[in-house]
Amino acid sequence: MTSTGSAARWYVAAVALLVASIMLGASIGAAGPAAWRVPLALLDHLPLISIDAGISEIDWNIIWKIRMPRVVLGMLVGGMLSIGGASYQGVFRNPLVDPYLLGAAAGAGLGAIIVLTIARDTTSNWTVDPVPVAAFCGAMLTVFVTYLVGSGYRGSGQSGTTLVLAGVAVTAFVTAVQTYILQRNADVVREVFAWILGRLSSASWSDVRLCLPYIAVSVIILFAMRRHLDLLRVGDEEANALGMSVGRTRLIVVAAATLGTAAAVGVSGLIGFVGLVVPHVVRLAVGSSYRNLIPLSFLVGASFLILADIPGRTLQGGAETPIGVVTAFLGAPFFIYLLRTRAAQVAQ
Amino acid sequence: MSGLTFDTVDVSYDDRAAVVGFSNEVASGEWVGLIGPNGAGKSSLLRAVAGLTDSDGVISVDGRPLAAMSIRERARHVAYVAQNPITPEDMSAFDYVLLGRWPYVGRFGAESSRDRKAVDEVFERLRLIDFRERRLGELSGGERQRIVLARALAQETSVLLLDEPTSALDIGHQQQALELVTELRCHQQLTVVAAMHDLTLAGIYSDRLVMLDDGIVVADGSAAEVLTAERLGDVYHVCVTVDIDPDDGAVVVVPRRGFPVDGS
Ligand SMILES: Nc1ncnc2c1ncn2[C@@H]1O[C@H](COP(=O)(O)OP(=O)(O)OP(=O)(O)O)[C@@H](O)[C@H]1O
Ligand SMILES: [Mg+2]
Repeated sequence: MTSTGSAARWYVAAVALLVASIMLGASIGAAGPAAWRVPLALLDHLPLISIDAGISEIDWNIIWKIRMPRVVLGMLVGGMLSIGGASYQGVFRNPLVDPYLLGAAAGAGLGAIIVLTIARDTTSNWTVDPVPVAAFCGAMLTVFVTYLVGSGYRGSGQSGTTLVLAGVAVTAFVTAVQTYILQRNADVVREVFAWILGRLSSASWSDVRLCLPYIAVSVIILFAMRRHLDLLRVGDEEANALGMSVGRTRLIVVAAATLGTAAAVGVSGLIGFVGLVVPHVVRLAVGSSYRNLIPLSFLVGASFLILADIPGRTLQGGAETPIGVVTAFLGAPFFIYLLRTRAAQVAQ
Repeated sequence: MSGLTFDTVDVSYDDRAAVVGFSNEVASGEWVGLIGPNGAGKSSLLRAVAGLTDSDGVISVDGRPLAAMSIRERARHVAYVAQNPITPEDMSAFDYVLLGRWPYVGRFGAESSRDRKAVDEVFERLRLIDFRERRLGELSGGERQRIVLARALAQETSVLLLDEPTSALDIGHQQQALELVTELRCHQQLTVVAAMHDLTLAGIYSDRLVMLDDGIVVADGSAAEVLTAERLGDVYHVCVTVDIDPDDGAVVVVPRRGFPVDGS
């Protein structure tokens, strides 16, 4: 019973962190109103509340049209990558995997590269930017291929291992194709890199609208499957003997996590380490039960990405640091620390 | 017809047969000990009942073929304890045993208070209350074994399959675990099929022994009938003497030095 009590405290802390992150994310930026006025202005715009924050129409536009989409997108993407990472870790019973494991990142990259190179001229005057759509489709398609390849073998059962290996092979292949295309189109390398490193800087409400439905569906399904993930912790065989169809569970979780991840990658590029590191941080706090891990990973991941987006805004003056660089910069050392201290648990 | 029945059950992996034409009737509440050398097909047979491997022939519980049940329904009839169950280190004993309620909870729904009560009862019956909130990684091998057994009991099935349930336990805990199963079996008409390597223990605790060799039944009957020095020499290629306790008729298998008289 003590464990549920302490879990409740972590939920409160995670929600508080998210609210604080949103406020901070909305308050800090190169131009715009004094930071302390922003929370007041946001409160003022809530229904039934009226406060004189003392900011101008222009300032409000900076908050609402430039910063808020960025904050909301960071929240959705960060939450999605974390919950996707936690789900992948559960379904493959491997704490060292992230949502890009089965080729989502490589596929998204290929989709984006194809648009940026081959189809750039023909699509430049489209009303809908085709890059996120192509990245989304590339990610979904690649994971689908991985699944076909990896669940083809019957010999060793439907174990996750064959899927992971298929993911490695498919990723290598898709990356080779990427490299080939890039080599013949060296002029767009810079643009492709900017995309690959991930960014929230150009976020608009239309980006939010673009990814929200997929992320919402994904999050709802993964939330509903969190007990299945707990049962999977005792192994495929015993989960099966306890009455769970392991193959179907794995398929549902992978499909849902991939859907949301592909949507997140489509609008923000390849933001690394969030899906890997955030679930681990949550594990350190509340333990490995997916019942808490899934919802808390979303809250913490959302906060983390909003916060990670802040230093990039001002770090290099004019040119922003890509958020993928910031998350890798923070995430990689932490990951090494985890590897060194928790190698024993990781191995089992 | 009640209990567990096998009608010419075959289990094979690719082209290799692991169990061939196994037919048997295990009465409701009976304990059958499955013995035989390594690779004889004991685990394969148990796994076939648990639905973990494909098999030909018909296996039925209380007259209903398992093949006709969904896997959730099967899990309400048959509980299976693997030889080396995975016990996540930081899962609490209560949460682990609660997993045994999986075949009863709704598809996505939480466990009901009835499920929690069933789990509490199991903890009480097995005298494990003190371990309720302990993490599995902090338990000794014997304690963990009892928690695993508790999970199988929380499933509230009529058939319990044990694959070498005591191989990791010391002699005291072996006895404890087997006594526990015996007690529960009498208490709730549990049908038990247990694969065991310790022939003396198998003989003492089972009502009946079935000996497999190379996937085929070579003996079926009481301990005294099945465990003869000659047969053990044939099947296990081992040199033993078999003593019968004059007081209670327990069959004691004692290993001896030397090479067996080759049966072939
Ligand atoms: N997954 C598998 N794939 C292929 N062959 C298998 C598989 N599992 C078991 N076998 C083979 O089937 C035969 C029976 O194995 P099984 O595990 O049923 O024996 P067992 O009686 O439980 O042995 P032990 O006492 O060593 O546990 C063996 O020859 C074994 O090599
Ligand atoms: Mg075995």
